[in-house]
Amino acid sequence: MKPAVKTIEMKELTLPPELEVVNMTKQFGQLIALDNVSLTLKPGTFHALLGENGAGKSTLVKCVMGFYKPTSGEVRFNQQVQAIDSPRDAQKHGIGMVYQHFTSVPAMTVAENLVLCRYESAALIDWKAEYEVLNAFMATAPFKLPLSVPVAQLAAGEKQKLEILKQLYLKSKILILDEPTSVLTPGEADEVLGLIREEVVAGHLSVLLISHKFREVTAFVDEITILRKGKFAGSGRVKDLTIADMAEMMMGEKRIPQTVQKTLHPDPAPVLQIQAIHANKDNGLEAVSGVDLTVNSGEIVGIAGISGNGQRELVEVLAGQRTATDGQVLVNGEVYRASRTEMFQHRVFVLPEEPLKNACVPHMSVAENLALRTFDRPPQSKGWVLLFKPIREAAQSLIKTFNIKTPSPETPISNLSGGNVQRTVLARELSSDHINLLIAANPCFGLDFAAVDYIHSEILEARNRGVAVLLVSEDLDELLKLSDRILVISEGKFAYESSIAEADFASIGRSMAGH
Amino acid sequence: MATEALGWWGVPLGIMAGMLRGSAPFLFVSLGECLTEKSGKVNLGLEGTLLTGAMSAYAVSYLSEKTVGSAIAPWLGVLVAGLAGMVLGFIHAWLSQQPKVNDVAVGIAMIIFGSGIAFFFGKPFIQPSAPQLPAFELGAWSNIPQIQSALKVSPLLMVGVLIAPLMAWFFKSTRWGLFIRAVGDSPDAALAMGISIKKVRMLCIIAGSFLAGIGGAYLSLYYPGSWTERISSGQGLMAVALVIFARWNPIQCLWASLLFGGAQSIGPALQAVGIEGGYYLFNASPYILTLLIMIITCSPKKTLTGAPGALGTLT
Repeated sequence: MKPAVKTIEMKELTLPPELEVVNMTKQFGQLIALDNVSLTLKPGTFHALLGENGAGKSTLVKCVMGFYKPTSGEVRFNQQVQAIDSPRDAQKHGIGMVYQHFTSVPAMTVAENLVLCRYESAALIDWKAEYEVLNAFMATAPFKLPLSVPVAQLAAGEKQKLEILKQLYLKSKILILDEPTSVLTPGEADEVLGLIREEVVAGHLSVLLISHKFREVTAFVDEITILRKGKFAGSGRVKDLTIADMAEMMMGEKRIPQTVQKTLHPDPAPVLQIQAIHANKDNGLEAVSGVDLTVNSGEIVGIAGISGNGQRELVEVLAGQRTATDGQVLVNGEVYRASRTEMFQHRVFVLPEEPLKNACVPHMSVAENLALRTFDRPPQSKGWVLLFKPIREAAQSLIKTFNIKTPSPETPISNLSGGNVQRTVLARELSSDHINLLIAANPCFGLDFAAVDYIHSEILEARNRGVAVLLVSEDLDELLKLSDRILVISEGKFAYESSIAEADFASIGRSMAGH
Repeated sequence: MATEALGWWGVPLGIMAGMLRGSAPFLFVSLGECLTEKSGKVNLGLEGTLLTGAMSAYAVSYLSEKTVGSAIAPWLGVLVAGLAGMVLGFIHAWLSQQPKVNDVAVGIAMIIFGSGIAFFFGKPFIQPSAPQLPAFELGAWSNIPQIQSALKVSPLLMVGVLIAPLMAWFFKSTRWGLFIRAVGDSPDAALAMGISIKKVRMLCIIAGSFLAGIGGAYLSLYYPGSWTERISSGQGLMAVALVIFARWNPIQCLWASLLFGGAQSIGPALQAVGIEGGYYLFNASPYILTLLIMIITCSPKKTLTGAPGALGTLT
């Protein structure tokens, strides 16, 4: 046991430096992504950077990390101005960043990834010596990982831990975490953030966390800085602020949470029946291992799960993009193979994830993309001939109704922003008045609050009309808000099912993690 | 007469001789392609590189015989073949890393360009005979001439056999090897580590083309040992298929090359024991083997295990 005085001295010595960002501005051509923003990360604190999509959070940290050269402004360590021209410079100053997406090499082992991330290492690798060092490091690290396992075999949570371990291994004093929990279950997220918080409290680290999850901010963070549209919108200590205060600073206005009216459907009948479906991943391994599910008319069934547990493959089977290896799908009691005729006959519509890739022809115009479901039947065609006037008119009316922001109906859809591509697909899939079954996968991924509210109300409106909806999402809040029934998919099987009234947040989280 | 004395034993012996004689070009090209593909690029142009290597080696060996003597001339040819390969590799690396440019399209263009260059400059060297590379006589202990000739091994093959484990070790235990694998498997990760993807790929393609050029030198200066326009008969392309077969592992490239070399000599070996029927069919066995490998290993329903994650993708 060390005497207390000595511990305090040690803490003083190893305390991370104070990081100050002063009047940082970054312009991309005409666009001002970051406008005169300042931020102070005090030594040994857990600081959150909040803001909506496009608020400039990523731009700010990329300027600090040396990915971008700021148009003006500077970075100071302990009041000393330092130029950071590359991530390598940032590492020299003890700043490390954990990215939203994994940056480990999947085909390499944990040990290889750790050794690789060091900028200054010898040209020849003495694996025996490296393993000794790595084992010693693992013994003191807040989380343990097996060294000789390829990263591809790790679960998402373990991969995220590896990203953080890398920074600790590099002896980073300041950690920047860019939405590190987006791929984790609530339980894993709490564990990882909790362990990091212990390091912060012990004075080993300062952390700058980019997040939009208020739950995490209130549970783990000391101070916050909020950005809105590239500008500084407020800062303060978390214990002095309420969630409503933070949301107001983020949005610039008080956000009235939309209440959703659900009407009870008079006589529900089974619309979609999935029977013992099996499907493989791209690499030939089984992704979906025998799932059964029925979706009734006027009902939203939500499927929760960490990405990579088979939900993508399941949606692809239902959308006709992947052949099932076993089992069958029934729609309205008839076998359904997702041919164009069957889709039309059974009135099945799909909102897949990544709509530009999965539901659009990128180089075709907005009008043509809007007509993909209807171009081959009257009034948009006559026999073999397409009639461009009705196609254009239909597109114009949809663009107006669904508020799609496009320069013209002839603009290639790939020129539109993500939100407007999503709206275009939504317009095509939801405009039909005879829709019977809707399959939606992460329909709101990456959209701003207004667009999310809009899409949610459209889906609910469809449900109230008697449409059967299968909603696959990684966003639990969305599922809890919209669904009538919720299921959890884990390793290709359903691990949990309950009606929304009886749904229990904790057990959903546990099922997602596969326990 | 001696063939009759050996009887059917001539067939496996012939195939083994074929392995030792004919597998080196496969080996060099496949190791070069393995290095290239590990960095995430495909270089189909190695067929053209092989031909250019063969031509330049032969030409240099012939032209420099008088000044440096017939012992050194072929080795000078080997070196120049490698250098010529590097030039073609540089062109491929530069072209294929331009935005929106597809590896395979550039590769096909480079096959045509490489063979065009080789045929254009190679015309005057079809007739004259150039000094050849020496061979180790490992069969001196035997007094059967077939065994003696079967066990003639070129030092170049031995170099190739040494390069295979060396490359495997390089990928595992050197910083540069890890860089190459990172670039080929996950360019985003490599970028986050501050590795220049373009530079790594450029160097890998050039080094791979150097090896392919040497493979060409082996063709014209050892076996078959002359310069003609049909000298490579598609071996460069087959070597690309062979890398897939070998699952991007240099050691397995060695075994696969030996297999292909052996398959190439099935026809001649059977002919030697008097089976004339189906001679051309047996000669086609390397091509059939290539087709079979492609069919067995490729499926629309799954991606290959072991393939570098970013292979051939546009970045």
